[in-house]
Amino acid sequence: MTPDRLPQPDENPHGPHLPLDPLPGHSSRGRLERVLRRGEFAVTAELNPPDSADPEDVYERARVFDGWVDAINAVDASGANCHMSSVGICALLTRMGYAPVYQISCRDRNRIAIQGDVLGAAAMGVANVLCLTGDGVQAGDQPGAKPVFDLDCMSLLETIRIMRDNGKFLSGRKLSTPPQVFLGAAINPFAPPYEFRPLRLAKKIAAGAQFVQSQYCFDVPMFREYMKRVRDLGLDKECFILCGVGPLASAKTAKWIRSNVPGIHIPDAVIARLEGAADQKKEGKQLCIDIINEVKEIEGVAGIHVMAYRQEEYVAEIVHESGVLKGRKPWQREPRADDALVAERLDHILHDQASESPTEIVGRAAR
Amino acid sequence: MTDTQPVSTTASGPSNVPQVLPPAAPAGVTQATAVKQAAPNTAYKPADVSPQRRVQRHYTVRLWSVRHSRGLEWFYARFADLFLMLHPLWKAIGYSRVEGPVKFVEKRVKGFMFDCRMCGQCVLSSTGMSCPMNCPKQLRNGPCGGVRANGHCEVEPDMPCVWVKAWEGSRNMVHGDAILTVQKPVDQSLRETSAWLRVTALGAAEREKAKSGAGA
Repeated sequence: MTPDRLPQPDENPHGPHLPLDPLPGHSSRGRLERVLRRGEFAVTAELNPPDSADPEDVYERARVFDGWVDAINAVDASGANCHMSSVGICALLTRMGYAPVYQISCRDRNRIAIQGDVLGAAAMGVANVLCLTGDGVQAGDQPGAKPVFDLDCMSLLETIRIMRDNGKFLSGRKLSTPPQVFLGAAINPFAPPYEFRPLRLAKKIAAGAQFVQSQYCFDVPMFREYMKRVRDLGLDKECFILCGVGPLASAKTAKWIRSNVPGIHIPDAVIARLEGAADQKKEGKQLCIDIINEVKEIEGVAGIHVMAYRQEEYVAEIVHESGVLKGRKPWQREPRADDALVAERLDHILHDQASESPTEIVGRAAR
Repeated sequence: MTDTQPVSTTASGPSNVPQVLPPAAPAGVTQATAVKQAAPNTAYKPADVSPQRRVQRHYTVRLWSVRHSRGLEWFYARFADLFLMLHPLWKAIGYSRVEGPVKFVEKRVKGFMFDCRMCGQCVLSSTGMSCPMNCPKQLRNGPCGGVRANGHCEVEPDMPCVWVKAWEGSRNMVHGDAILTVQKPVDQSLRETSAWLRVTALGAAEREKAKSGAGA
């Protein structure tokens, strides 16, 4: 807390070591909700989860987003491939003061495990939760795993909303402190049944979704059509819609994704544009920026969600060159409620006589 | 972090149990592909991907039911009324005693018509007469984001998505907008029980409550 530190948006006025104040009408103390409710164009990004037990791997991958994104998504075994768990990544990210979006997929855990993890995550300072159904196990590298799917994304949203707003587990048992989380969901406007998709968003909002992040958008006219129907239903007023974007590394990758990753729609024109470029990687990035520039003008779009899988280093450039932040600088580190406690404990371990034996403690107490 | 060499040990020292795992994927190939390629190549290749699909290979009748959702909706309403009318009879015999035979008939009839999975909490009237338990993810609130462009399932490429069909079926129905209500998670403890009897008993209890409420 050097005095020459520039004041940042969304931090406690009494010092960055203090947690954010709860604002009226907000369901979380997180920054993402503040940014969205202020009407600013939000930027979120996806962290590529490491196949490692080293916390430094997570810190390193988060560092490239520093000052460029409002929240970082911690994915939950996407594509049914095992990586470091999303709750583990969130624990590390909150420790470093980042604002994570804790993704929960229903594929791997039942309602008992999920409700417990939500409490654990909220206790660690996670302010945003994204509820997903999850890919089928057949998509990943362990197709022999048992698919759980005890809840689905909709009932998961409702479960967490009940925990937060009614302060109860699904069983009705009371929580002494409910989790204060901003609830999110995913949308895919690019998969059939197209007429049902906007109504499904309405259903998710009814179940508790406050913000949604979309699947990769490569087909802007299709997204525009979807958003038109969403606006006709008035849904853009009830929920913050973040459009999913990302750079394609090459035409070959695009073709592979199209035929192997379920739910991602890539029009032929996009592949043709990549194929025609001299530097396909650069063109992929430019395409992403062009798409952002188009979708940010669509009425009802509250932000973007950048999924730059294995190209995370480009996120800063993409965000900068598309100018979506309009000069705004997202906060870099977010302190947690127990930071002071941890600091005190560390101080105690380092400086106090912590090597007392139990007999000494008892003897001291008796005196 | 110190660089640790992974070593299996037992209490008495190093363990020499051999580890058999699929080989790590070479660069440019995903591990999922490597695992698929490492699977033994024998004469028997099981059909389909998910058990949901293997239980019921053909879905012709199921699709017929979706196409005729309006008629089935009408019939179902009458049928439920009939069951409710017979409530005194069920009560006289004892619900526990009729459970066996009713379940026997229900399982076979709904099994034939809808590929019913006996979840015990039927939502067919809210899902366009397309049973959501046939979805490999058993989604009860709408299609996942993985539906293929041709309207087929992400898990089972040759099966039409249960929810694409549910949406089509619901559009034919009088109360088709029931598809928009958020369904509660499945109560797994009710699996393999009779949904017909449950709905009837609930309906009867409600009717009695309304009657006593009106009387008082």
